Amino acid sequence: MHFEYKVQGGDFARAGLASSQVKKVLKQLNVDAKVIKRVVVAMYEAEVNIVAHAYQGTINVDIDTERIVLNLKDHGPGIPDIPLAMQRGYSTASPVVREMGFGAGMGLPNIQSNADEFKITSEVGKGTNLEIVVYLNVPQE
Amino acid sequence: MPGKMKLNQIVEVLQAKVVCGSELLNTEVEFAFASDLMSDVLTIQADNLLLITGLANVQAVRTAEMSDISAIVFVRNKKVNDDMIELAEENGMVLIECASSMFKAAGLLFGQGLKPVY
Repeated sequence: MHFEYKVQGGDFARAGLASSQVKKVLKQLNVDAKVIKRVVVAMYEAEVNIVAHAYQGTINVDIDTERIVLNLKDHGPGIPDIPLAMQRGYSTASPVVREMGFGAGMGLPNIQSNADEFKITSEVGKGTNLEIVVYLNVPQE
Repeated sequence: MPGKMKLNQIVEVLQAKVVCGSELLNTEVEFAFASDLMSDVLTIQADNLLLITGLANVQAVRTAEMSDISAIVFVRNKKVNDDMIELAEENGMVLIECASSMFKAAGLLFGQGLKPVY
């Protein structure tokens, strides 16, 4: 099962719409509630990141019987220092993003802690690519 | 059961106003988390969680949706808008407005036995 969503940078009113739709699909598929929460929290954080930092992005979601794969690719400024961006508390978010309740430097580490596999690559001046994998058939804590 | 509270008890203790989801006030919550920072809310694992926040915007409701939070108390007299109500109704969520500070609201509910997540 495959879904694709477009995300517009700066469009805070719609931030989370794609994650919301994926949540509804996973519920219909009777996926374990704890797994759903991990997937949609990671996806929502990443979706908000695109809205907060990039010009536009595309989210691809692939669901099979074993796992859920989220690929989020954006056109944006990119991340010059990924280890620094992965540190809790490090943020380059604008005041507008902070007013929305985000931009505390928690997003990327929280994505990683909800994912079974997490890859981030970025090119300055071009954009950032995230791959988030969550397994379906692993007992949840 | 001690430690759990129905939403209608919470509304009574806080002398608060239910903005939407009044048909769901028999729902029980066990834990509460108070924050204006949605990034922190998104790290919470607990179920049956009440969110207490002063951040009255649509992202607070979105965050609750992603985190399986079924009720939000907006403190410091913050007002819920129509977009928030629409999203909350779509997700079967209860939105409550409360005139108290976050400290007072959290203190009152802690005193009634609602549990902290950590």
